[in-house]
Amino acid sequence: MEGPKPDPQGYWRANLRLLAALLSVWFLVSFVLGILLVEPLNAVHLGGFPLGFWFAHQGSIYTFVVLIWVYARRADVLAKRYGVE
Amino acid sequence: MGIQDWTYVMVGLTFSIYIGIAVWSRARSTRGFYVAGRGVPALANGMATGADWMSAASFISMAGLISFMGYTGTIYLMGWTGGYVLLALLLAPYLRKFGKYTVPDFVGERYYSQAARIVAVFCAIFVSFTYVAGQMRGVGVVFSRFLEVPVEQGVLIGMALVFIYATLGGMRGITYTQVAQYVVLIIAYLIPAVAISYKITGNPIPQLGFGDQIASGEHAGRYLLEALDGIHRDLGFPEYTAAFVPGKKPMIDVLAITAALMIGTAGLPHVLIRFYTVKSARAARWSAMWALVFIAILYTTAPAVATFARVNMIETLHQTPYDEAPAWFKTWEETKLIAFDDKDGDGVIRYSGDATLNELTVDRDIMVLANPEIANLPAWVIALVAAGALAAALSTAAGLLLVISSAVSHDLFKSVVKPDLSEEGELWLARAAAGVAVVVAGILGIYPPGFVAQVVAFAFGLAASSFFPILVLGIFSRRTTKEGAIAGMVSGIGLTAAYIIYFKFIDTTAGADAYWFGISPEGIGTVGMLLNFAVTMAVSQVTAPPPEDVQRMVEEVRLPREA
Repeated sequence: MEGPKPDPQGYWRANLRLLAALLSVWFLVSFVLGILLVEPLNAVHLGGFPLGFWFAHQGSIYTFVVLIWVYARRADVLAKRYGVE
Repeated sequence: MGIQDWTYVMVGLTFSIYIGIAVWSRARSTRGFYVAGRGVPALANGMATGADWMSAASFISMAGLISFMGYTGTIYLMGWTGGYVLLALLLAPYLRKFGKYTVPDFVGERYYSQAARIVAVFCAIFVSFTYVAGQMRGVGVVFSRFLEVPVEQGVLIGMALVFIYATLGGMRGITYTQVAQYVVLIIAYLIPAVAISYKITGNPIPQLGFGDQIASGEHAGRYLLEALDGIHRDLGFPEYTAAFVPGKKPMIDVLAITAALMIGTAGLPHVLIRFYTVKSARAARWSAMWALVFIAILYTTAPAVATFARVNMIETLHQTPYDEAPAWFKTWEETKLIAFDDKDGDGVIRYSGDATLNELTVDRDIMVLANPEIANLPAWVIALVAAGALAAALSTAAGLLLVISSAVSHDLFKSVVKPDLSEEGELWLARAAAGVAVVVAGILGIYPPGFVAQVVAFAFGLAASSFFPILVLGIFSRRTTKEGAIAGMVSGIGLTAAYIIYFKFIDTTAGADAYWFGISPEGIGTVGMLLNFAVTMAVSQVTAPPPEDVQRMVEEVRLPREA
């Protein structure tokens, strides 16, 4: 069966939107939660972890892994949808 | 068997495995030598990238540094992992789609300029050499401590081993040895971490354990981090989990250094080159994901190890009479990496945040290596840690040597000096270049110039301010011109290098007060990177657009399909 008609421009625009969304999350967990807001967040506790400290030493790294996983999956879907596999 | 016998067994065993793999997977073509024939599966490449990336610094030094820095250690934790997001989203799939063998290849073709290619070659060689010298030194230190041979001999043994598998196997050999080295190093890192976590908190998962309650002793039932903050207050140190208190780095500097390390990671040639070895752009994305999974296993364990080591060290040594200090204290004392200065002459070790009262100095580098001994783990675990440290140092050294070798044989000779070089001649030259690079790296490891350690840290700033912006713009903006890219690289790396050289080598007495906006030389790469972006974009606007075929190439690189 023929795939959809190749639409490189459409693929690229969709890819840029995806990147913007993922990079915003990347910036939020690392620079905002892990550094800029670390002191107010440290007033909150997650078990024995002050929350800001936890983001800086643990949470941000887990989020990075998830971000790349989401990207690798979504990029596969986009390539199929726009016929550029 | 004692620690030393066990170390011989572990090191001998792992080294035989590496050599066996190298012989089995030796390269027969330049394609095999530079990019492992482009047939490496995403999962294996992810594992190899993990070993390639995690060096002696990650394995030996990082947890120790964090142990002394507390919260601020996040600059390494986020800085050396966050870059993989940039790599996976902005660079890896496109560089793979472009094909060819090296990063200077991309720079040379995208910017239709031999000058740009040559600038990129020299940046790649410079960054890689400073880095590799540090690895060889790490090999020497491990050998001298655990096998009691002099550092120089340790470096020679390491050199011989890398020489065998890098010149014989090329990228193919390196890739599969790195897979084995990853397995060795991660097991060596996790076993002591799990054992210590269980011992202190009763929770075997270190990532959870350091946020758990202490199982026994005077602080039983208190949260570990809360108890550690308390100990720090009592001894006059800033609290472990506190962020920007006096005695720690200010917020602006933490932001700048974290960004410089992230962006530098995404611009390092030996990491980028790994994504040329997989079969497609799609595989490049997945292999970046696997790489970060494998790296994250160590990087989320490291802050736990740092916390346990800090508590253990203080509890074992503070207020202990020197004569009753444990055996490991004496062995490390001989290496001069730990020292006791009895200021009040009472024979009791006092650890304090106040320099005039403090009697104990501990080198940050020994925390991971000494940790199993401090926690009284069996001899085979200690030997395993030594083998793991060697795996981390050797795998990174091999990856770096390959970048140097391909930069010389492919980017300089084949592309610039002698384009009619035969495939066989190029392969031979690549082996010879790798061989020479091993020897030079070994000499730098034996006679480290005083500035190597500092330069390694700055390699990130230099990579961030030179490569990253022009690679990203080369893919995401068709309008970027060669004039823009060259001006951007020169101004970015120029500013960064000038700032570092000024504060580290010229006016070494100028302290933090003289820093621009409080940004230290470690973080200035972020400013250089922003300058590079601005200059490249501005100059590109006022110069003639790139030729048609280059613009078409950029459009093609953006698509995952095979042309």
